[in-house]
Amino acid sequence: MTSAPLTLFEKVWRRHEVAAETPDTPAILYIDLHLIHEVTSPQAFSVLRERQLPVRRLDLTLGTMDHSTPTRTEQIFGGAPIAVDSAARQVRELEANCAAFGVELLGLRNEQRGIVHVIGPELGITQPGKTVVCGDSHTSTHGALGALAFGIGTTEVGHVLATQCLLQRKPKTLAINVSGKLRPGVTAKDLILAIIGQIGVSGGTGHVIEFRGETIRALDMDERMTVCNMSIEAGARAGMIAPDETTYAYLAGRPRAPKGAAWEKALAEWRTLPTDPGARFDREVDIDASALEPMITYGTHPGMVIPISGSVPERHGDAVFEKSLAYMGLIAGKPIKDHPIDVVFVGSCTNSRLSDLRSAAGVLKGRRIAKGVQMLVVPGSQQIKKAAEAEGLHRIFLDAGAEWRESGCSMCLGMNGDLVGKGQYSVSTSNRNFEGRQGIGARTLLASPATAAACAVRGRITDPRELLS
Amino acid sequence: MNRLSVLRSRTVVLPATNIDTDQIIPARFLTTTTREGLGQHLFSEWRYDAQGAPRPEFALNKPEAQGCRILVAGRNFGCGSSREHAPWALLDCGFQAVVSTEIADIFRNNSLKNGLLPIIVDEPTSAWLIANPGAELTVDVGASTLTLPNGAAVRFSLEAFARYCLLNGQDELSFLLGRMPAIESYESRVASR
Repeated sequence: MTSAPLTLFEKVWRRHEVAAETPDTPAILYIDLHLIHEVTSPQAFSVLRERQLPVRRLDLTLGTMDHSTPTRTEQIFGGAPIAVDSAARQVRELEANCAAFGVELLGLRNEQRGIVHVIGPELGITQPGKTVVCGDSHTSTHGALGALAFGIGTTEVGHVLATQCLLQRKPKTLAINVSGKLRPGVTAKDLILAIIGQIGVSGGTGHVIEFRGETIRALDMDERMTVCNMSIEAGARAGMIAPDETTYAYLAGRPRAPKGAAWEKALAEWRTLPTDPGARFDREVDIDASALEPMITYGTHPGMVIPISGSVPERHGDAVFEKSLAYMGLIAGKPIKDHPIDVVFVGSCTNSRLSDLRSAAGVLKGRRIAKGVQMLVVPGSQQIKKAAEAEGLHRIFLDAGAEWRESGCSMCLGMNGDLVGKGQYSVSTSNRNFEGRQGIGARTLLASPATAAACAVRGRITDPRELLS
Repeated sequence: MNRLSVLRSRTVVLPATNIDTDQIIPARFLTTTTREGLGQHLFSEWRYDAQGAPRPEFALNKPEAQGCRILVAGRNFGCGSSREHAPWALLDCGFQAVVSTEIADIFRNNSLKNGLLPIIVDEPTSAWLIANPGAELTVDVGASTLTLPNGAAVRFSLEAFARYCLLNGQDELSFLLGRMPAIESYESRVASR
């Protein structure tokens, strides 16, 4: 029997339909992994309490804390109080909720704690073909392993806690076919920024993206996660990459990956997932990666992005554009290069994995950051912190004059005490350059870890290739 | 969830495109553990100056904006984070509908689950609404129409189940809990694979 060729997304979707959608009702979609954190779960637990409902599948639910947690060692391990009172309350509330409902929590001092989208893959609990949700839009990160992973709101967190299911209309599919070899000094971050620049910040709305093509196949898992992470910055709730030998090699031996016969069984299943030849996508976009340069944003959304050798665009008469440039304090028509900067942040669910830290350290080794620049390096998880320290990366950062912190979302979003000051320029490896995202009046320029480190060394916008040997 | 069938209100207009959820409710207000009281922080950076005083030029602070329940905004409203605090803050300020040419997926989902109606209109309708702040509109959820002051009714797309939930105050959790036999049967199918 032959069946119609299917995309990766369609295969995962179909395998999780408790009930298919009808004109009158959305599909009931089963969720294999529900990750929860302190910011978007309290009100969901309140609903369970009000309605006297238990958490339906404790074995498919895992909690951690990352968003509002401090990154200063003394506030986590040293007995100093968490500086932000309301954040401390939120952390305590998650501890209490997990204890009361029996949810496993990788809590504040747990050695496996970290940014929720870093630890899922790291623990091997994110796997190909799974449906993964979390009350956070960057859940799209997990799609790098061939999972269907997307962010949900707190009401839906409650639905999954209570029923392990969500009501969903089936999204459309968008294939982004990437060809060409990335040039030295050009990273996965530059690639995804260029893609967002091309398709726009709402270019993926209503769609699940599948990133395809030789360029994607050549990326390692950390790089694939960076790409899928920012799918939401193009408006797509989920981005996926078909699993392959790179994926299986990454997962093998991880603490929560299947073992022995279960591994073989899982592997056989995973090999059926990639999009069939001839399968149709609702839309397709082709990207040539071979000519890309390191990219950097200049405005207040991630689609406002240019090659680092470029100039801030001019759009006369576009009031929204001009307001954005005014916020950024940048002048249309001027090159972005050599613009002075104040803060550098290497971290976030986009770029805080070991290879990101190595990339930044590669630029910083034997150098010091410029006078007057503050640089924060925040590993994505406690495991990454440990691994980075084992190979001496922390020494490179500290010797360069950067700060080396405990894991967490940190300066990506201004809610945990790590803030960029008003009017300051921050070159950040995170995912959003929205007004005020890193602090009131903060001016964020998104870039890769190598670019961020190069900017820290010179104290101004710098092409990392000038510092790479 | 509150029912919503017919809504008649003047509009408040924020013409900016790509208004993200960090503008709607900045992250520093997300350390709350309840849904209440977020309205005071809605559009915080645009609404208040550094001393916390309302900026008189901001649309929501104008006297004629008081009591308005329909927000008209530029393309791609609600992009960014999945924080449901964004629709909670809008509802807390009295808004019951948001009108734009594009509304981000997660924000749209979160809004519908709280009785805040996301309305997608075409470019000409949006351009007229943006050029005419304070226009008195009527939204009919059952008919999925937005009626302009000149009497013209513009149809908008509203997914059938979402419309049913809004009209009947049906909450999705009760619906899902009612499907427990199907969920259990799915689980046993998967377990036997």
